[in-house]
Amino acid sequence: MELTGAEIVVRYLQDESVEFLFGYPGGAVLHIYDALYKQDKVKHILVRHEQAATHAADGYARSTGKPGVVLVTSGPGATNAVTGIATAYMDSIPMVVITGQVPTALIGNDAFQEVDAVGITRPCVKHNFLVKDVKDIAQTLRKAFYIATTGRPGPVVVDIPKDITAAKCAYQYPETVTMRSYNPTVKGHTGQIRRAVEMMLDAKRPMIYTGGGVILGNGSESLVQLTRTLGYPITNTLMGLGAYPATDRQFLGMLGMHGTYEANMAMHHADTLIAIGARFDDRVTGNVKKFCPDARIIHIDIDPSSISKNVKVDIPIVGSVDAVLKEMLRLIKDGDGKPDAGALKQWWAQIEEWRALNCLKYDTTAEVIKPQYVLEKLYEITNGNAFVTSDVGQHQMWSAQYYKFDLPRRWINSGGLGTMGFGLPAAMGVQLAHPDAQVACVTGEGSIQMCIQELATCKQYKLPIKVITLNNRYLGMVRQWQEFFYDRRYSNSYMDSLPDFVKLVEAYGHVGIQVTKPGDVEGALREAFGQKDRLVFIDFITDQKENVYPMIPAGAGLNEMILV
Amino acid sequence: MRHIISILLENESGALSRVAGLFSARGYNIESLTVAVTEEPSLSRLTLVTRGSDEIIEQITKQLNKLVDVVKLIDLTEGEHIERELMLVKVRAVNGMREEVKRLTDIFRGKIIDVTESTYTIEMTGAGDKLDAFLKTLTGSTILETVRSGVSGISRGEKGLLL
Repeated sequence: MELTGAEIVVRYLQDESVEFLFGYPGGAVLHIYDALYKQDKVKHILVRHEQAATHAADGYARSTGKPGVVLVTSGPGATNAVTGIATAYMDSIPMVVITGQVPTALIGNDAFQEVDAVGITRPCVKHNFLVKDVKDIAQTLRKAFYIATTGRPGPVVVDIPKDITAAKCAYQYPETVTMRSYNPTVKGHTGQIRRAVEMMLDAKRPMIYTGGGVILGNGSESLVQLTRTLGYPITNTLMGLGAYPATDRQFLGMLGMHGTYEANMAMHHADTLIAIGARFDDRVTGNVKKFCPDARIIHIDIDPSSISKNVKVDIPIVGSVDAVLKEMLRLIKDGDGKPDAGALKQWWAQIEEWRALNCLKYDTTAEVIKPQYVLEKLYEITNGNAFVTSDVGQHQMWSAQYYKFDLPRRWINSGGLGTMGFGLPAAMGVQLAHPDAQVACVTGEGSIQMCIQELATCKQYKLPIKVITLNNRYLGMVRQWQEFFYDRRYSNSYMDSLPDFVKLVEAYGHVGIQVTKPGDVEGALREAFGQKDRLVFIDFITDQKENVYPMIPAGAGLNEMILV
Repeated sequence: MRHIISILLENESGALSRVAGLFSARGYNIESLTVAVTEEPSLSRLTLVTRGSDEIIEQITKQLNKLVDVVKLIDLTEGEHIERELMLVKVRAVNGMREEVKRLTDIFRGKIIDVTESTYTIEMTGAGDKLDAFLKTLTGSTILETVRSGVSGISRGEKGLLL
């Protein structure tokens, strides 16, 4: 039996077990929307802006490990999706984005709602396709899912002209996919792994530094085993939080620009650095010339181009994090080498001295609400078990510092691209994937307004997200930089004419609470999380001038932190 | 350091722009670039010349390998190789210069492939520096047009860019 291209798209998504399709209809995808209407296996989530479709799919992907799937129309549908595609690309999130295109005969004619989607998205996708024949739809989608989810994951765009979705051919799910030009390495080089283990066991001042790759590669369990076996200190990047339990004694907190004193000092003084699924981002290294001056570096990553890109390493290992860590554990178990207990004892004594500085302390006697306090209470009230999404800025850093993530895939934020507006739609994807879980979106009064229209989507699909807004009437991170580096010239960082958020969320059909006193923080949070079937938006009026500490200024090394 | 990177590429629309886009997006330069289909119609072979430190060249080859359309690549400058470039030059050839230009062309083993009363068009192949040298010797006459293909290259002996 022959199916239309549109029916093939939908059948394919069913066969790929896609639960949710985040999208927004328009002319070029009308055939596909018609095919969606006639089935109920793939649930379509109607967002209010295409950017939110990509962020929601992204939140779904980050919290489940499964690819997020998006459907948008041609032209503005595709361009609106670009921010979310770039966000997913920078954080290596598996995603398949289907964009409608004008009919084949009109391509290149400046037709209505025409844009070169393949051209526009090329620099921010892992790969993209323009489908030119209905017979290629199934195979192309198969390749798209395969590329998006294997190796270093990433978004893949499939652009389908409208006439191709109307044309007909027979459909069969392509069982196999082979691409001569795409074969990601999984197993690490045995000799390199052996050398790395020798170097690790020889360390006097070791440090384990892990990133988002451990979470993406489901390597968390192996990481915990290896770290405990060795007894070494460990730090996670912003993207890697949750890969190692934050409440464990061996965990030194996040590193980098707003990392803890103990994590950054331990990095700086380490003699052996074990980097796992991390990419030596500039927010992590500070000045690369001053980065880990005494350390020999082992780097495990699935993407060869991440290795020795910013910092030259001594032992590169290309492979899947989990496979490599398991092999390391086996070698350590079977070998006679042991960590140097004496040296390690001294090293830990030094680290405990750094830790005793308690770099995350803040003024707990203030009469205004301190943002850190809100995060600490959020952590307590959710028992550290919530999925926390965030937007971008100070609130993001405070969430990373004060919410102690013990499990992977619980901390959902735009680390690489730093996309304001990410938090709320991402929380929608998380809540859809985990209907019974507590989902909090920590945001600011600036960020929330970049995708606030999604409150309507939350209403439509009854998503009981808790929106925790730290409202300081400033673009806080911008203000902080202006305070430090621009002589307090607060150019356009004040948020004037804010809406009455309580009334606004009520207008959308949700519950709004405003909290102005520290004494009311806990009660408001308890009330919000008590409302299990409602979205509750809490507008916390916080200290206007609070800054994120510690901070490493641009150009400085990891040991040159501003503490308070 | 100058490097010649030769790439087997899926012969698909957009593949070339992925390569070119990678260079502009990451701030690498391309000195020359040639591309044409191979004896296997599903593959194109692209040769590009670039400059950079060892670290940059390492990144360039890694990033190129990451492109899904790149099947295989080789840095020809890492081993013994032959490089050639095709050049067509149209020069003003009148009076005494007619004989002089013909003589120079012979010395450089070029060919005059089009003749009019006032012009010659010369075809020449060779490594880039030979073509540069030829252009230098022509300073006495007026060059009307120069067209260069960019470098093509192949490794010597058994070694090569094979699937």
